Amino acid sequence: MSDAARKDASLAVETGRTSIPRVSLTGGRSVGNMVFAGLVGVAAVVVILLIIGLFWELGDRSLPAIRANGWGFLWNTTWDPPKRIFGAGTFIVGTLITSVVALVAASAVGVLVALFLVEIAPAWVARPLSVIVELLAAIPSVVYGLWGVYVLGGFIRDFLGPWIAQTLGFIPIFNGDPRITGIFSACIVLSIMILPTIMAVSRDVIAAVPGSQREGVLALGATRWEMITMSVLPYARSGVLGAAILGLARAVGETLAITLVIGNRVGIPHTIFDPAYTMASVIANQFTEVENEAHRAALVEVALLLLVITFVINVIARLLVWRVTNGQNVTVQE
Amino acid sequence: MNRDAFVATQPRYARRKFFDRVMTGVMGAAALVTVVPLLLILFYLVRNGVGAINLDLFLLDPSAPGRGGGGARSALVGSLIMVGTATVIGTPIAIGCGIFLAEFGRNRAGTVLRFLVDVLAGIPSITVGLFIYGLMVLPVRKFTALAGAAALAIILIPILARITEEMLLLVPRSLREAAYALGAPRWMTVLRIVLPTALPGIMTGLMLALSRIAGEAAPLMFTALGNQFLNTDLLHAMDALPLRIFYFATGPYESWHQQAWAMSLVLVAFILFLSLGVRALVGSKVTIRQ
Repeated sequence: MSDAARKDASLAVETGRTSIPRVSLTGGRSVGNMVFAGLVGVAAVVVILLIIGLFWELGDRSLPAIRANGWGFLWNTTWDPPKRIFGAGTFIVGTLITSVVALVAASAVGVLVALFLVEIAPAWVARPLSVIVELLAAIPSVVYGLWGVYVLGGFIRDFLGPWIAQTLGFIPIFNGDPRITGIFSACIVLSIMILPTIMAVSRDVIAAVPGSQREGVLALGATRWEMITMSVLPYARSGVLGAAILGLARAVGETLAITLVIGNRVGIPHTIFDPAYTMASVIANQFTEVENEAHRAALVEVALLLLVITFVINVIARLLVWRVTNGQNVTVQE
Repeated sequence: MNRDAFVATQPRYARRKFFDRVMTGVMGAAALVTVVPLLLILFYLVRNGVGAINLDLFLLDPSAPGRGGGGARSALVGSLIMVGTATVIGTPIAIGCGIFLAEFGRNRAGTVLRFLVDVLAGIPSITVGLFIYGLMVLPVRKFTALAGAAALAIILIPILARITEEMLLLVPRSLREAAYALGAPRWMTVLRIVLPTALPGIMTGLMLALSRIAGEAAPLMFTALGNQFLNTDLLHAMDALPLRIFYFATGPYESWHQQAWAMSLVLVAFILFLSLGVRALVGSKVTIRQ
């Protein structure tokens, strides 16, 4: 309240214009309420400070690297710690390929499953199916990695990989030498890992489409699939897009599973079976054994880049999802 | 107009109906495809893990590289200690933040905070690890379990805060009004009436958050580091189950791989128990939108 306003208020009391005193039934500004509001307010401030601190700390620690590497860090493909030459180009390419492929695959399946759950499946199917997808989200990253290396990797090297190389080998990117670890394994593992996120958020968004939207189209004689494409999907469009982008954020930040299955090699991959690096996996793989301070700072710069990218992706995704659900029941699942 | 007559007026009806059936099948197939990976992962976990589960796994520390034998005691104990510490650090902040969102968050400030909490939940856990590394490890030049627990707490806070908010908002207004009518001030109403009513839901949310951080290794790599020996001191490097799985999975020894499978089986069983079992115990009245 400004000084002038306060003066007005006290004037009003003196001249008797406010006849009813403001008594709050809930204790108003009593000491207990103030202490309570203060305490929970502190908790809220801590959360805000955490986010600011994250950016501040990573920015501060990577400042020497930002100065030394310049903008070229974003596209240079040489990463040579002993010679102190640092370019994150190959990591950015690795992250881009794996997460975009996973995004496309998981979105296609995830949205179809979400539609199945909301529009078609009876409760006795939808419930257990939802639980199964939630379990998929509950399995730790490192377990996906273990499975990806010792089960999926062998399958790709011995069966799936040779078959793909043989049938699609005339296209250069498929004409590779299938290994246990590589981009192809990483894409498959990543698709499975982000599927629950995309599915759960799409389900919430699709369930938020008002029934009248469906009834209107059905009354005009549409089949169920026509109802989905003509009324449900257009209405939920931005939310479903948001769900996919949330999955993208998860894919970009995914660390341990990818570190285990992608092969960890610096260099631009030429075929889908080549080993590569992602931004997250290079940090996990190299940070504990850095060669020099410049190397450490460069890795923190990669982390800062990763943080900024996922932050932007998350903000876009949340805004899109909120537009459909009005901030209610937004999935907090990571 | 009977059905045949109707179809006759709609020459494309049969085709549309057919396409509708096909797409229904496609959606059902997508649902089936989703189930397959989970079954495959669970199957191989049990097949490869069961053989290496024995008493040694729980009673012995990891052996020196290549020696064979040994167990995962240090990792099991370390995980329990760090997850417990993270709960102690994170829960008050998360519940406080959740109460703030539910009680004072029906305005623009609340919307912004809710948004930030959601964004915090989406930040990669490895960057959280680096953040705590700079904040708590570099200044003292020492990897500590406390730093690991702090990193886990940062991951727990946004998850639990949002669940707490949703659970508090589910409490019927009439309960709150009854408390006010008896003259209870707002703080007492929230702490003695609303919060206890929402507690089963919040506890379920806590279990889900715990099942999440119990499986996290990325934030621990640069904070708790891992430790081959049993350590219960929060101020020293400490092992954790997911960390040990990662180290053993990347190692060259067959015995390590087997133990990695066994530890994964234990970890996944623990996590499934937390997320499924507790939900069943609390009862179906509480539904969590995870």
